[in-house]
Amino acid sequence: MSAPNSDYDPVEVTPLNAAEVERMRDEGLAAVAAASTVADLKQARLDHAGDRSPLALANREIGALPPQAKKEAGQRVGQARGAINQAIAQRQIVLEAAELEATLKAETVDVTIPTDRQPRGSRHPITTIQDHVADIFIAMGWEIGEGPEAEAEWLNFDALNLGPDHPARTMQDTFWLSPERAALVLRTHTSPVQARTMLERKPPIYIAVPGRVYRTDEADATHMPIFHQVEGLAIDEGLTMAHLKGTLDHFAQAVYGPGSTTRFRPSYFPFTEPSAEIDLLCYVCSNDPAEVANCGTCRGEGWVEWGGCGVVNPRVLIACGVDPERYSGFAFGMGLDRTITSRYDIADLRDLWDGDIRFTEPFGLGL
Amino acid sequence: MKVPVPWLRELVALPDAVTTEQLADRLTEFDLKLEEIIGSGVSGPLTVGRVLSVQPEEQKNGKVINWCRVDVGPEHNEPATDEEPAGRGIVCGAHNFGVGDLVVVSLPGTFLPELGFEITARKTYGHVSDGMICSEAELGLGSGDHSGIIVLPADSAQPGDDAIAILGLGDDVLDLEVNPDRAYALSLRGVARDTALAFGLEFTDPADREVPAEGEAHPVRIETDSCPLFVTRMVEGFDPSKPSPAWLVRRIEQAGMRSISLAVDVSNYVMLELGQPNHAYDADTIQGAIGVRQAREGEKITTLDDQERVLSEEDMLIVDDEGPIGIAGVMGGARTEISETTTRIVIEAAYFDPPTIARASRRHKLVSEASKRFERGVDPQLAARAAQRVAELMVEHGGGTILPGLTVAGEAPVRANVTMRQALPTKVLGIDVSVDTVISALTGNGIQVAHDAETGNIVATPPSWRFDINDPYDLVEEVLRVVGYDRVPSVLPKAPGGRGLTREQELRRRTGIALASFGLTEVKSLPFVGEGDFDKLGLDAEDERRDAVLLANPLSSEQPALTTTLMIGLLRSMSLNVSRGHDDIALFEVARVFTPKHGVEAPIYGVDKRPTEAEYAALNEALPIQPHHAAWIMLGHKVRPTIGAAGVDYLWSDAIAVAHDLANVLNLELTVRAARLAPYHLGRCAELLLDGQVVGHAGELDPRISQAHGLPGRVMAGEVDLDALVAAAPIVGPKPNFSTFPVAKEDFAFVVPTELTAGELSDAIAGAHEFVESVRLFDVYTGDQVTHDRKSLAYKVRLRAADRTLSDKDIKTAREAILAHAEALGAVLR
Repeated sequence: MSAPNSDYDPVEVTPLNAAEVERMRDEGLAAVAAASTVADLKQARLDHAGDRSPLALANREIGALPPQAKKEAGQRVGQARGAINQAIAQRQIVLEAAELEATLKAETVDVTIPTDRQPRGSRHPITTIQDHVADIFIAMGWEIGEGPEAEAEWLNFDALNLGPDHPARTMQDTFWLSPERAALVLRTHTSPVQARTMLERKPPIYIAVPGRVYRTDEADATHMPIFHQVEGLAIDEGLTMAHLKGTLDHFAQAVYGPGSTTRFRPSYFPFTEPSAEIDLLCYVCSNDPAEVANCGTCRGEGWVEWGGCGVVNPRVLIACGVDPERYSGFAFGMGLDRTITSRYDIADLRDLWDGDIRFTEPFGLGL
Repeated sequence: MKVPVPWLRELVALPDAVTTEQLADRLTEFDLKLEEIIGSGVSGPLTVGRVLSVQPEEQKNGKVINWCRVDVGPEHNEPATDEEPAGRGIVCGAHNFGVGDLVVVSLPGTFLPELGFEITARKTYGHVSDGMICSEAELGLGSGDHSGIIVLPADSAQPGDDAIAILGLGDDVLDLEVNPDRAYALSLRGVARDTALAFGLEFTDPADREVPAEGEAHPVRIETDSCPLFVTRMVEGFDPSKPSPAWLVRRIEQAGMRSISLAVDVSNYVMLELGQPNHAYDADTIQGAIGVRQAREGEKITTLDDQERVLSEEDMLIVDDEGPIGIAGVMGGARTEISETTTRIVIEAAYFDPPTIARASRRHKLVSEASKRFERGVDPQLAARAAQRVAELMVEHGGGTILPGLTVAGEAPVRANVTMRQALPTKVLGIDVSVDTVISALTGNGIQVAHDAETGNIVATPPSWRFDINDPYDLVEEVLRVVGYDRVPSVLPKAPGGRGLTREQELRRRTGIALASFGLTEVKSLPFVGEGDFDKLGLDAEDERRDAVLLANPLSSEQPALTTTLMIGLLRSMSLNVSRGHDDIALFEVARVFTPKHGVEAPIYGVDKRPTEAEYAALNEALPIQPHHAAWIMLGHKVRPTIGAAGVDYLWSDAIAVAHDLANVLNLELTVRAARLAPYHLGRCAELLLDGQVVGHAGELDPRISQAHGLPGRVMAGEVDLDALVAAAPIVGPKPNFSTFPVAKEDFAFVVPTELTAGELSDAIAGAHEFVESVRLFDVYTGDQVTHDRKSLAYKVRLRAADRTLSDKDIKTAREAILAHAEALGAVLR
């Protein structure tokens, strides 16, 4: 840097004259504008805004000028350097954005390549329908009962008014545990849970019992030695068959939608009197005269068989310690496997038991 | 029960306007459920014809056909020509007829369902056959074992008569499902009574008939309590060559039975009509009195179906002086059956104890029309009247006389009265039912009713044929049948507030959802297993899982037991998936397994009162142990490869991770230690412990076991006692109590003896100092850098204090504690 000199004429100091500063500024701006990459721009910054750039060198000369000239020259050079720095900053943003975009473009992928890297688990539809049914009854204030699958003969049969000579107790239907004198069976229905609940609790009782039951049927497309039922039992003061109908209608609507309803047909079960078969209004054709004749689900009947029900036989109440003079009740039961197979057009019951992942996967975590 | 509608209409005056369908619908509403309406479906000009000429013609293939001229009546005949009299030309392949016989001709336009098409005139064997001469099979008649065409009895009809009516082909038959409580409806009499009630018609009981009698018939000796009543009646001078009349044959065939001979047909007809099974014996083959007694163990009889049957003491026999002549209520014996030479007949009608017959029928796997009725209950007041009806029909159609004697041994049991409060039907049904309606419904069922308006009691005397009416509720059912099941209104009961799922139910549900969310697919397996399954699982002879609950009557002798492990079912499903071409498979199952309690028998109690608490407990104590298990199995990729990223195979550690994650879902922490157990890899099996108790195992399967199941590559699996986990699950998990002061991260690499497990050292570090927040193994090294009996284990340890930022001194203290604890296990800092 030159020493201050009071009679030094700034006009005579070439690098600081106005035209020269303007030229250096324009050169710098041109170089910035010409930079097409961040690297070019870096070079332009070194050349025109760096410590050794012409304007930086010119700036060093200012100190030698007289005070008045110092101010003028300082302004001139400062403005020029500011213009270049501003241009560099703007150019920097533009070039960086362009380069990032190019990089991202280069990273383009085929978004349709397989993404199913993590296996997706799923629950068996029988499990989820059991949960669904349980939730429906819990919402009504009922509770969910359960009991053992290997069950005492007395609870599976005698307590339910199925006397020793009832046809359901023959070898054709029931799996007996060995030795037979042990009086143990694989429960043939969820009804022993009715007896257990009455033996273990005092009325009022409102329970639903989803569960697995067994019959000695060879496995084929329409039979399995195991299937699932849901059983309902209500014991309270003043319960009538009308409450049974109301409960079934409500259940039907919860499962099959608002228009659903049920009807009774006379029937016989040892544990209920009177007993009825439950028909469900066909959930496909709704017994609509225009559709019912061609309906494959109800085979033109307008109704589908749903289960059995009735008023609890007082003999069952007595065997289970409930006073039939004070309490009455109703019970019902229906199969869940058929509900699944008919709603999802599953032709072969064995599909529920084979474990092919393609059967269960479509059901995901819930129905 | 098959009910020919014309027969039913004969017994009850049903208006003609009531169609068969309406009748069936109404009976269904009355608890006689229609299975199907059976009609022949034959329509069109099915006509009686008389054979005018038969001209046999041999064909090239050696077969002889008959070219016939048949008179089918003036309405249908083609006019006479120079060569031929009036009639039709028909080709017939049968040879069991001749000129002058009456045959059944289906003229063009007749539809025969058995053939499935309409008959047309067609050219065959060089002639135009203008119709078809029919066999029974072609018309869907009879048992179909008669060869040749139908030849009607001479003079039984005229050419041109409508054969549909003559053969009963226009009759509808209702096939009704009769529930076990409605034994009486296994007869026309019972169905007619319900029909009358259903349609509000007068009913005349066909069993109301005189039984004129004087003196005794064939003597009877009852030596068992299971036969309260036994009646005999006799017919002499019967002509065994007489055929059954066509209407009778038609009716019993429509009802599903075969025509055998007049005597047998009449016996069956009366059983169908009145519901009383009865038996006709050749009186000349019976030696001495007819006895009724229990069989002796090992005694034998040849029944009418030519089967020799070995009897037990529980069987009841009909005997004569020579030995058994029938299994009471089930089937008669061959020695005394009616033959072509029988002229003297003993008719038996009895009342047998229903359970005795039910057991005999089951024991001998012999269900007869008689046993079906006796085991449900036959009207005990019917015996003498039914025997009378049989005798009358035999004599009417077979000649001879009814002997005046009637033997009645024993007496009919009397049914007890049932008292019902008049308000009970309303109370049970939720429908307002008037007393008048109640009374008329009951009397319509044949129940005698005494109503005391003052006490409001109705005393009902059930009729002798109603075995199902024993309680007031049984009467309510009869009222409902008349009032109508569709009258029951729909009223939703209000249950008291429930408590939702029990904790066990909620946790089991949570478990299932968690296992699915781990990427596992739920399966359900049949629990039936056998020794072969245990062998295939690699269980040694002493393995306690071989001690399984056995079934007395398994479907397959190969799989007579209930499973003790879910792994068998999962392996079956895994094999199936592999065989169907799937690669990456991860399955789980939640189900019960069964372990027997040997030498325990469940008591059987009466049902007239509640068992005591101790008695109820005794029932439960006799049950097999049957906990819920959860099990899982995985094969192939845990993470599948994709473009730019490699796949990750399932490892043994993933199977153990499922156990840990499952426990965490239940707010539990499992500990693991190495174990050896089939079917796992001997060096890759973890025992899962909860508070020191083994609750399951997980790891990699022994590759030999995987291979035996046809599974490629390595297979990971695990199984836990879910009930044990659920029982231990705390209501609230570990408290979310954590420090917000800074962490200090320290790494340690130890050289340890090879036997020391990572878990043991990890536990030691975790317990070394209160500042230790977590310990994570990040490297295991064996090789040149350590001696052959050593390995290096490297851990990342996070230290943190609850109440302050750790000072250098704090950290030093904690490090020293960790080193001291590690050294105690033989670990040396590298």
